[in-house]
Amino acid sequence: MYDFAYQKPASVADAVKLLAGDPEAKAVAGGQTFLPVLKQRLNKPSLVVDLAGLGLSGIKQSANALSIGAMTTHATVARSAEVKKAIPGLAQLASWIGDNQVRHRGTIGGSLANNDPSACYPAAVLALGATIKTNKRAIKADDFFQGMFTTALEPDEIITEVEFPLPVEKSAYEKFRQPASRYAMVGVFVAKGPAGVRVAVTGAGQNGVFRVADMEAALAKSFAPDAIAAIKVSPEGLNSDIHGSAAYRAHLITVMAKRAVAAAG
Amino acid sequence: MPKISLKVNGKAVSAEVEGRTLLVELLREKLGLTGTHVGCDTSQCGACVVHVNGDSVKSCTMLALQADGADVTTIEGLAQPDGTLHPMQAMFREHHALQCGFCTPGMVMSAIDIVQKHPEGLSEAEIREELEGNLCRCTGYHNIVKAIAAAFPLMHQKQAA
Ligand SMILES: Cc1cc2nc3c(=O)[nH]c(=O)nc-3n(C[C@H](O)[C@H](O)[C@H](O)COP(=O)(O)OP(=O)(O)OC[C@H]3O[C@@H](n4cnc5c(N)ncnc54)[C@H](O)[C@@H]3O)c2cc1C
Ligand code: FES
Ligand code: FES
Repeated sequence: MYDFAYQKPASVADAVKLLAGDPEAKAVAGGQTFLPVLKQRLNKPSLVVDLAGLGLSGIKQSANALSIGAMTTHATVARSAEVKKAIPGLAQLASWIGDNQVRHRGTIGGSLANNDPSACYPAAVLALGATIKTNKRAIKADDFFQGMFTTALEPDEIITEVEFPLPVEKSAYEKFRQPASRYAMVGVFVAKGPAGVRVAVTGAGQNGVFRVADMEAALAKSFAPDAIAAIKVSPEGLNSDIHGSAAYRAHLITVMAKRAVAAAG
Repeated sequence: MPKISLKVNGKAVSAEVEGRTLLVELLREKLGLTGTHVGCDTSQCGACVVHVNGDSVKSCTMLALQADGADVTTIEGLAQPDGTLHPMQAMFREHHALQCGFCTPGMVMSAIDIVQKHPEGLSEAEIREELEGNLCRCTGYHNIVKAIAAAFPLMHQKQAA
């Protein structure tokens, strides 16, 4: 790892100032993606701005939204009684990310900002029609994800919280894990809530998370596994690698979507 | 170089570190606590697991600076001053849950966290699932799982007493 300067500001405004003042500055949240990247010398920040002092951790529920602070760890979301009750699929998703140690450090904000094409949270955020709030604005999930490792975020923009609209009637996540890394080879989040019936797929697409309109239409009519059993997703634009071909992933999407619908009840 | 202060195994320590110094480097190289191992350095194996403020973390994937002000426990901090082993260590010995021992410090630290976080009880399948982040190349895991199951009542008894 190359060396860098380190700052842990105490306010969002100060953190933004540090990031804006130095084009080579980078933010760190849980570090579970950032530190492995630095170890590979794929990134050489001059300054690392630790977001842990900004008070961005915590879960709040109001009548029509569940808000999760950007620095809330996967473990906290997985164990939260509020999340389990309001959006069970979201708690389940968090509980399957990596392992206990990754979940104790990794954060929802870090996962979304990173937008790894096989990360889990993007599927939930897109399927639930969540809003990503930053120091500057509120970004709809549909506008946030812009392809592999690319988001609508500007370099000096910090995610502060993620707002999930309530009530969510049904939610479930099913994940076919890549056996070594435990990332999603294919992960499907299905939801029925204020954003309608949505099906979001992660792990499979070359451009990251995407929705499956045919499945959404079928499930809006009848929310049952059989309703989508015959729907095939085209392998075009899906990932092919040593773990599985695009055709294999395309097949898995329907399998995982059916399981998710069954789990959502 | 920035200076940090933290608690390690109950003792206050301070050290000068670089931005890039990892928590595991601080523990092993600056504080001489070489019980915490580095198996992969890529967040996969769990040989480096320690507790930070009561949670198990991979110390190869945390900056020393991120541990400023934290309360850290390593494998060296488990046994009593008179040498009496922590129940988890005792059960690892009892059930032959180690062979070469390289994974063992991280395994024991993860195992303690798992038992502490599940006071309601743990099935064998749950223990295996919870050990996701720790790899062992020798034992085949069976005896590790047995040791954790055996330590469970001992640890919860002690907490209840
Ligand atoms: C062994 C292992 C297994 C894993 N398995 C999975 C898995 O199964 N599923 C899964 O989804 N993920 C998995 N992950 C990734 C994990 O979820 C990461 O925690 C997450 O992707 C990044 O979150 P972080 O808080 O660690 O962010 P960091 O690593 O600290 O940061 C990641 C990036 O996001 C930026 N950033 C962080 N927070 C913010 C913010 N609030 N605003 C703006 N930018 C920000 C940083 O600058 C950096 O570029 C795994 C990781 C490991 C090491
Ligand atoms: S050395 Fe940290 S996980 Fe392997
Ligand atoms: S005992 Fe040798 S790696 Fe686990």
